[in-house]
Amino acid sequence: MTAVTPLRGAVGTAHTRIEGRDKVTGAARYAGELPFAELAHGWLVLSTVARGHIRSVEDGAVLELPGVLAVLHHGNAPRVETDYSGLMGMRPDPSVALFQHDRVPCAGWPVALVVAETSEQAREAAEALEVRYDEEPHDVGLRTGHPGTYTPADAPHAPAVTAKGDLEAELARSTVVLEAEYSTPEEHHNSMEPHAATARWEGGRLEVVDSNQGAVWVRNELANLFSLDPGSVRVLSEHVGGGFGSKGVRAHQVAAVMAATLLQRPVRVVLTRRQMFSLVGYRSPTAQRVRLGADADGRLRVLEHQALSQSSTVYEFLEPSAAPGRVLYDAVAHRTAHELVRLDVPTPTFMRAPGEAPGSFALESAIDELAEKCGIDPIELRARNLPEAGPVSGLPYAGRGLLTCFREGARRFGWADRDPRPGLRREGHWLLGTGTAAATFPAGAVPSTAAITAQADGTYTVRITAADIGTGARTALTLIAADALHVGTDRVHVLIGDSDFGPAMMAGGSMGTSSWGRAIIAAADALRERLALTDGVLPEGIPPEGITERSDTTAALAARPPKERHSYGAQFAEVAVDVSTGEVRVRRMLGIFAAGRIINPLTARAQFTGGMVWGISMALHEEAVRDRASGGLVGNDLAGYHIAAHADVPALEADWVDDPDPDDPAGIKGIGEIGIVGAAAAIANAVHHATGVRHRRLPIRPDRVLQGEA
Amino acid sequence: MREFAYQRAHDVPGAVALLGTVPDARFLGGGTNLVDLMKTGVERPALLVDVRQLPLGEIELTEDGGLRIGATVTNSDVAAHPEVRRRYPALAQAVLAGASGQLRNMATVGGNLLQRTRCGYFADPTHTSCNKRVPGSGCAAVRGEHHNHAILGASAHCVATHPSDMGVALAAFDAVVSFESADGQGELALSDFYLPVGETPHLETALPPGALITAVTLPPAPVAAASRYRKVRERASYAFAIGSLAAALDVRDGVVHEVRLAFGAVASRPWRAREAERVLTGGPATAEAFAAAADAELAAAEPLPDNGYKVPLLHNLVVTVLTELAEEAAR
Repeated sequence: MTAVTPLRGAVGTAHTRIEGRDKVTGAARYAGELPFAELAHGWLVLSTVARGHIRSVEDGAVLELPGVLAVLHHGNAPRVETDYSGLMGMRPDPSVALFQHDRVPCAGWPVALVVAETSEQAREAAEALEVRYDEEPHDVGLRTGHPGTYTPADAPHAPAVTAKGDLEAELARSTVVLEAEYSTPEEHHNSMEPHAATARWEGGRLEVVDSNQGAVWVRNELANLFSLDPGSVRVLSEHVGGGFGSKGVRAHQVAAVMAATLLQRPVRVVLTRRQMFSLVGYRSPTAQRVRLGADADGRLRVLEHQALSQSSTVYEFLEPSAAPGRVLYDAVAHRTAHELVRLDVPTPTFMRAPGEAPGSFALESAIDELAEKCGIDPIELRARNLPEAGPVSGLPYAGRGLLTCFREGARRFGWADRDPRPGLRREGHWLLGTGTAAATFPAGAVPSTAAITAQADGTYTVRITAADIGTGARTALTLIAADALHVGTDRVHVLIGDSDFGPAMMAGGSMGTSSWGRAIIAAADALRERLALTDGVLPEGIPPEGITERSDTTAALAARPPKERHSYGAQFAEVAVDVSTGEVRVRRMLGIFAAGRIINPLTARAQFTGGMVWGISMALHEEAVRDRASGGLVGNDLAGYHIAAHADVPALEADWVDDPDPDDPAGIKGIGEIGIVGAAAAIANAVHHATGVRHRRLPIRPDRVLQGEA
Repeated sequence: MREFAYQRAHDVPGAVALLGTVPDARFLGGGTNLVDLMKTGVERPALLVDVRQLPLGEIELTEDGGLRIGATVTNSDVAAHPEVRRRYPALAQAVLAGASGQLRNMATVGGNLLQRTRCGYFADPTHTSCNKRVPGSGCAAVRGEHHNHAILGASAHCVATHPSDMGVALAAFDAVVSFESADGQGELALSDFYLPVGETPHLETALPPGALITAVTLPPAPVAAASRYRKVRERASYAFAIGSLAAALDVRDGVVHEVRLAFGAVASRPWRAREAERVLTGGPATAEAFAAAADAELAAAEPLPDNGYKVPLLHNLVVTVLTELAEEAAR
């Protein structure tokens, strides 16, 4: 075991958000509301056809409207570069290469930007802009057996296919076989704060005030797109009202940079809620098939998980739904595989727990079904199938707290008293049931840099290009820095969200706090060594500019032994179902997590319960409806796209078991996404326990319950 | 967004006159629907005449023992009014089942009746086919997304539903809508207020052009004292109904003396279930009779491929709610 930084009091202690007061009083300014002199406003115009070519953009009349400064489109926009390797070596999604050609690959594709003196003028002009198209037939319907189905290339975040053993032979040897198909709909992450960016040229540098999940990430993408030296681009993103995977480089930043360059004045582009449904990515619908074969005692001989998802015609993005089985369960024959269909739709993207969220619904429903067939308690069945090493990788686990979570959760939820037979419990019109499911999400860290300055006034300033997208990251990093510097949190000032602070992990993949915390601890150690500090009290004679030490964790992370590193959890849900109306109400949920050392219990609990609430939405509410005829979405606003309301969220309890990562200096594994994983399956399993009907299609809407539709 | 004029009216004749000055003018009540539609470009009025300051904000007992509710009374005030709660409890329940506290504080009774459908094709002008928004452009919902569309009284030209909860209770209680136009005052029974869909789904009400709703009157209805509103929706709050029922029942010696039934979210208007009432009246107050009455009403249903569930949903609601009311009456 490498040394885990000892607890010094801040880490592990509940701390309210450092910027919380600023946020609730409105003092915290977001990207779309910071004032700039001479600010112009851009409004994007999106295609109304799902496939075709732009015949003409009739900008003449619009340019005559009050306040209109410019109309950018494929006929006059500056060229951008797309032949580069971006995040994780991935090519950029051509969706952000605005106005480069006349092709329209989906409904809601950006075809023009109208810039005007006020946002109202820009909007009116944008709505008046006539764009003519030569339409072509489109196809937006994902279905199994689609003739365009293919196996994609391995994604940077997941191989397309893994396989070992002889599936058919092991199925023949299995006493119990389960084969079932599950589906999840198109789902959208619509953060409360819409995407917004202001671009301006300042002192020869391009400065973009933005709302994003990684200022360095966005800086690098913009530098590449516009063929600029990264050092001549600065991206600022101090407060972010939610990201969930959607806030990388998107059309609004590129449009703002184009217009600011053309007009040589600051230009702001803010997306509307409806535009977000087309422009910021979404989770692909999935059609999944799970085949399980087991001995009579529930030990798996076969685990096969095949997942179909969609991408756009311009970019290959894979939703890796078959990933959970690569971690959770071993079998003699084990196969996880992904397939794609390219449709005339916007490109999907990372959405909270990509892969694990929809994949866990299918796999953890199937495990529940298998347990019932075997007549074995579903927790016991899982316990019998936990692998000693990675089922695919063969690597050892860096801690695997799944069973601990189940045992603790079962005790607190009262699982032992459960009668497994479905459809027996009634309370008035309501049928009651309980269900459980496993959660898993990868843990890891990405090379990052940090700088800490010892100030003459005895305080420390930490600079790191971290992003606090509402998670409480700024506060968590303050606690980590305080302990690493051996001082109280009141003597540490953490500055984030500025690409000038140097390369660092974005807020994503549940790896932010681990990546940033490691860099901060390394910088703190270096500073303490340089100043020969025995405690955090700074010596006399610190110069006015302070004394700064920088860190870079690249080498330390490369030296980490390869292991299966994951957070785990056990989700429990109790539901009530009125089969005469189809209504499903979640009565209580409990999530127990083994997710590394918990830095700030207050915000960590919010992360877990927030994920569980999202799980309720996924199970019962969320579903974007794409109109086959037009290729566009129907009801693409927060009135039409339902998420759980307060009244849908019952008593939620989240807690954790001690599980520090021995290979992380702060013991962190990451908690950003695991809260949603398994939550929908636990609810669906509870609905089955209540009613005896297995719902394999999400969301479990009243009409589907009413019709007993499985 | 497009510029528009705004004027506040202080008396009813003034409001009506103001509206008449501009061809493309709208009355503005709470704005909880109209302003949203202006933002999305569905409505593009040149003038808004704000009627919230008109002296129409009272709820009064009528001489015959009914209630007269002024058109600018907010939904919150309707739901909280002691006489509404005592005499027409289903009305208070219906109002509270809709929207959110903040919206109910703004929304008015007159505006509630005139709110537009939430059909996704109507609400988003990027969808080109919507006969209600652009007459003659077709109905995208018939072959598209329609799982929450009409099963009763619709046509091939439009299958949108009326979204009001309050209107369903008003329909059950024979509400009468008072209005004033340049030609004077008038009244419409709620049953005549909404026009049949037919080939003209863009024509929604029988109000004369330029007319302002001034009040909604509920005739005395002793049966309404034992009434209930039950709403089913796709989340526990803050969603429109996928099926709802306003019901009132007077049982005497096991026999249905009087019954009122109205359905929500099944038609372009609040749907008064007169056939079910006819079947039930004078008969036994049993679950079997309730089921037969529901079936009689729903025999006229013409479901589309994805909204057929509304037939069993409304059937079940009728049986459940009437059974509850009958049991409570027997106590």
